Amino acid sequence: MVENSSIGSVLPPTGSPVAKRRRAWREFKDRVARYGVAMGGVSVIFAIVLIFFYLLYVVLPLFYGAEVDTKSEYQYSANSASYLALNEYNDVALSVDMSGQVTFFAADTGKEILTPQLSLPEGSAITSFSSGDATTGILSYGFDNGQVLLFKREYKISYPDDKRKITPFISYPLGQESIQVDPKGRRVSLLSVQSNDEQSSFAALTENNSLVLQSTIREQDFLDEDAFTLTTQIGEIDLSEFGEITHMEMDIDQRELYIVNRKGFIAYYDIQNIEQARLIQQIKAVPHGVDITTLEFLTGGISILVGRSDGQIDQWFPVRGEDNNTILHNVRSFKEQSAAIIQIEPEYARKGFIALDQTGDFGIYHTTAHRTLLVEPLSDHANVKMALSPRANGLLSLAIDGKAKLLVIDNEHPEVSWHSLWQEVWYESRDKPEYIWQSSSASNDFEPKLSLSPLTFGTIKAAFYAMMVAVPLAIMGAIFTAYFMSPKMRTLVKPTIEIMEALPTVILGFLAGLWLAPIVEGNLPGVFSILVLLPIMTILTAWLWTKLPAVIRERIPDGWEAAILIPIVILVGVVSMLASPTLELWLFNGDMPRWLDEVGIGFDQRNSLVVGLVMGFAVIPTIFSITEDAIFGVPKHLTIGSLALGATPWQTLTRVVLLTASPGIFSAVMIGLGRAVGETMIVLMATGNTPIMDFNIFEGFRALSANIAVEMPEAEVASSHYRVLFLAALVLFMATFIFNTVAEVVRQRLRVKYSSL
Amino acid sequence: MSNQSFSSWSKNGTPWVWINAGAVSVSLVMVIGLLGLIAVRGLSHFWPADIVSINYTEPGQESTVLLGEMVDKEVVSALRLKNTGVDLPEGQTSGERFLLKVGNRDYFGLDFKWINGPWISEPNYPENVVAIERREWGHFYGYLKNVSEKHQVVSSGEQAWQEFQQRLKRSNFLVDEIKSIEKHEIGEINHALEELRLETRRLELDGVVEGSSPYQEIELEKRQWDVRYKELQGQLADLYSELARDQIVVTMSDGRDVEIPLAKIVDAFQPNKMSVGEKLAHYGHEVWKFVSGDPREANTEGGIFPAIFGTVMMVMIMAILVTPFGVVAAVYLKEYATQGPMIRLIRIAVNNLAGVPSIVYGVFGLGFFVYFLGGNIDELFFQASLPAPTFGTPGLMWASLTLAILTVPVVIVATEEGLSRIPRNIREGSLALGATKAETLWRTVLPMAAPAMMTGLILAVARAAGEVAPLMMVGVVKLAPALAVDTIAPYLHLDRQFMHLGFHIYDVGFQSPNVEAARPLVYATALLLVLIIIVLNLAAIGIRNRLRENFKASEN
Repeated sequence: MVENSSIGSVLPPTGSPVAKRRRAWREFKDRVARYGVAMGGVSVIFAIVLIFFYLLYVVLPLFYGAEVDTKSEYQYSANSASYLALNEYNDVALSVDMSGQVTFFAADTGKEILTPQLSLPEGSAITSFSSGDATTGILSYGFDNGQVLLFKREYKISYPDDKRKITPFISYPLGQESIQVDPKGRRVSLLSVQSNDEQSSFAALTENNSLVLQSTIREQDFLDEDAFTLTTQIGEIDLSEFGEITHMEMDIDQRELYIVNRKGFIAYYDIQNIEQARLIQQIKAVPHGVDITTLEFLTGGISILVGRSDGQIDQWFPVRGEDNNTILHNVRSFKEQSAAIIQIEPEYARKGFIALDQTGDFGIYHTTAHRTLLVEPLSDHANVKMALSPRANGLLSLAIDGKAKLLVIDNEHPEVSWHSLWQEVWYESRDKPEYIWQSSSASNDFEPKLSLSPLTFGTIKAAFYAMMVAVPLAIMGAIFTAYFMSPKMRTLVKPTIEIMEALPTVILGFLAGLWLAPIVEGNLPGVFSILVLLPIMTILTAWLWTKLPAVIRERIPDGWEAAILIPIVILVGVVSMLASPTLELWLFNGDMPRWLDEVGIGFDQRNSLVVGLVMGFAVIPTIFSITEDAIFGVPKHLTIGSLALGATPWQTLTRVVLLTASPGIFSAVMIGLGRAVGETMIVLMATGNTPIMDFNIFEGFRALSANIAVEMPEAEVASSHYRVLFLAALVLFMATFIFNTVAEVVRQRLRVKYSSL
Repeated sequence: MSNQSFSSWSKNGTPWVWINAGAVSVSLVMVIGLLGLIAVRGLSHFWPADIVSINYTEPGQESTVLLGEMVDKEVVSALRLKNTGVDLPEGQTSGERFLLKVGNRDYFGLDFKWINGPWISEPNYPENVVAIERREWGHFYGYLKNVSEKHQVVSSGEQAWQEFQQRLKRSNFLVDEIKSIEKHEIGEINHALEELRLETRRLELDGVVEGSSPYQEIELEKRQWDVRYKELQGQLADLYSELARDQIVVTMSDGRDVEIPLAKIVDAFQPNKMSVGEKLAHYGHEVWKFVSGDPREANTEGGIFPAIFGTVMMVMIMAILVTPFGVVAAVYLKEYATQGPMIRLIRIAVNNLAGVPSIVYGVFGLGFFVYFLGGNIDELFFQASLPAPTFGTPGLMWASLTLAILTVPVVIVATEEGLSRIPRNIREGSLALGATKAETLWRTVLPMAAPAMMTGLILAVARAAGEVAPLMMVGVVKLAPALAVDTIAPYLHLDRQFMHLGFHIYDVGFQSPNVEAARPLVYATALLLVLIIIVLNLAAIGIRNRLRENFKASEN
């Protein structure tokens, strides 16, 4: 009774309302805890997994094709345009026809905005038209009296009432009057012009295939802004042998001229000296039975795009050959369209272009990436003109029947493809296909070279040299520590090495770059002599040890060999460093880096040897710790059994212990490799970060991780560069994830194996 | 045994055992050597070394007197020396070169000078050499000539040193006062004015008519602040003119006299005259200045307090974030989730994430936290200050969050391990007494697993303190204008960028214009960082060991 009452005073009697309420409350709390913890746990795990999906989410748009949407369709009044242009905001279009009619109109409705009157020379007829590089907006008419009128489309932007207003107008870089390009006054049947602030050049084909070249250099007067002087040079090329000429294009720098004839030949002229144009090469660019139907420069004026009657488009550019001669090369071809290409429009800022064929289909391409992003019908008509906007996000087309169409193009990342990321790419002005990483440059028409290959190569190179240092040291060290070392020494050694795992790599990187690299450079023979001397001296010490009198030997118990060797290691290091200058003088004329250079091996101060040593050092604790655990965990009865059967400790180790522990050692190496691959600060600080593809131990590299660290803060958000850096991160993520997963699976199996033994 | 032949000795594998032992020795030598190197270089930075005066004669030139600290010595092969113009006597294969810190950068162009051994003569240590630590242009070495007030000599000769010391104290006091006014009071005004500007912008965004009462209130307040600002400006002008009162004239090693205003001097001492005790005191003082001072001269001089503060702040916020999440996830995985292939998979994934390169987390942090989350937060809450980003830019909060994600696997793994070590019978005992699962967990299991959580947290903190690569993207800067904590509401500014010890090492060691001068400072910083991390790790190991013993006791 006494007991009952004492409990009763603490707990309410079972079944009473109070007890029920309490129980309900406790059950409620239990349930809340269950769901709370479950939700929390799942969301944390979800957050971690999110990393992978977020990286993927940023990377994926790189590989999307282009998309087009029709913004508006309308009937345009004029229909015989021979040239169309579209402005930056896709709202003002321009049409030019062969009667001298120039019209600015609203791109989405066709409403006329402005029809400027050009001052055409009286009594003469327009016989040709040419547009300069699209980025310059230069246009020109050629007349039957040998004259050419140069004009330029321009747009003025103003913001009245905070709204963008665009006012188009026509300007005349060389004055409103036509210029007498052919002094003999012959009819200009084909024309090509380029013009910039300083110089304007004309190539005019006249009667009997006589090509007149004229270049006008404009010199600004220092005192008066409006005053300038013009100096003109004239040259002539006789092309009567070349046959019927169909296309002619001058590059934006006014240095080269490409001429195409009916038979499919391209003549490539150097016109830097107008008075003496030089034929560099004449080449048949298409097979028999195929015609060249279009010729256009890619932006930058280095490559030409050749549209063919069979729908193929070839990219050609001059390549410097071995004998220092420039030859045209057909670098890549696109064969996605099937009818004759009638127009090619290059993009303004990227190395992409749009091609239109005779069936009215159009394709969006990118040259560097060798990528066809889209092929779609544009119009039912065979006779269509199109214009691409400067931002390459709008396309205007006008068919012969006056049907106009404004398309919106969504094509964010054409410059990246599997090919451009991982394979050799033949870049403009290069003499062969190469792997290059060069993400940015000062110039605008730069061809981004986004090959991840040299970076991945750098990462592998770094990891390889680091593993060369770390694997032998860590595994052998772990074997001795786990199997031979006296327990007392082990309790000291293991934590000492393990604590190095936590050492910030920024410190290792700093030491590698500023302390070790100069030392290694100055004592290169010494470094190599350490490698050779250490094993020799170790075995010699061991042999001499057996010769020592037993009295001394017995003072130091078994399992302390490592301690005996410490002074030997230090001694070898010191002696090697001291002997280094002598060795260098003796073997390498006193300067090993220079000697290497003379032998043909490049040498950088911050090189892979330094990275290998320091990163190896950073990876040792990881491999050491896991290997040591695996060997130490081998069940004792196995080793005891082996020893009892008469095997020596070394035999037991190699035949029993290592075999059993090998999966553990394997997983240790994998985890170490994962760490070496992802390490950032050491490779950033201890190498020169040049993206080269060379396995030379005396040269640097640029690793994926260091590249991300250097370029990420400067990359423009959502640009191709930004996404490619994300891709680099994803590659690192995947690589380490795979290494670690393999290691983890192997380790779990090992655990099961040990517990069953 | 000792008489056996080499071949039979090598056959039984003993040489291999020794080679393995050699691997351990090499690892140990490397580890201890590295720590020793950092310790020696880091600690020697603060020692007031003696200043040597030498006659230096380059062939074909007149002899010059050099004054400075011997910093480094190297042995160079004769051939390399020959390339620099030194001809050694026949038969000598190598010669010595010394690195002398000559200071006086504004007059000599460079702080450091490599001098060749054979050209040195008459080294001596003059007693009255003065080493002056300046606010700009690094150290100055010379002989004190006189002390002047408003360019009138007040003291020269023997007494000048005493006078100089007293006046230096006064000028340092004035400098502190100026700094305090500029930093706190003017900082407060700037902040208030910025707030008012944002308030105006907010009113504009809300469409309040210009000139209405809220605008007038703002205008009124602005005027008040302006008045206060003028007042402070006056005060500062007075202090500055006070500060400009004193100068000293110092004679350099080449005999030129140079006038240095006291305002430009931080500290001055005569190392050759100091006793060991005095040097030790000076050493302590220097260490304190290093730990508590602000950096100067593009971080190559002065202290690293902001970096220490930034590291600690970031790690603390990270710890606050990572502990609950890590523990909850571990408890879920271990106690609540149904153990099956799915959970095993998740466990492997979590384990692996601890091995994913930190730079990947940095990329994720920049893309997801800074640009995506931060950008949206700015849109929603800080519209007035757009287009200048508040949270849509790297900052303390995002750095802490990124590192929390980076270290959460460490906490999960450690906590799980702790949970699995708790004997089954304890749990069953509690359940048998009628406790619910939640009560068992809260009252018995979690308290017993607390040391394991602690271990996980400490390891997480140690890892976070040493990471640099991800921080370079999500918030670390080389020089933060203000600390993340100050006297202006809301006191803790999570959106601010911060300095970090690890990044400081990278930045000063690799990005600074005067690497040679900054190197000792980098070693000192590295030493501090290593100490912090080793202490944290030792703590974790200690706790783990105690934990194991506790369990052994409870199992018995």
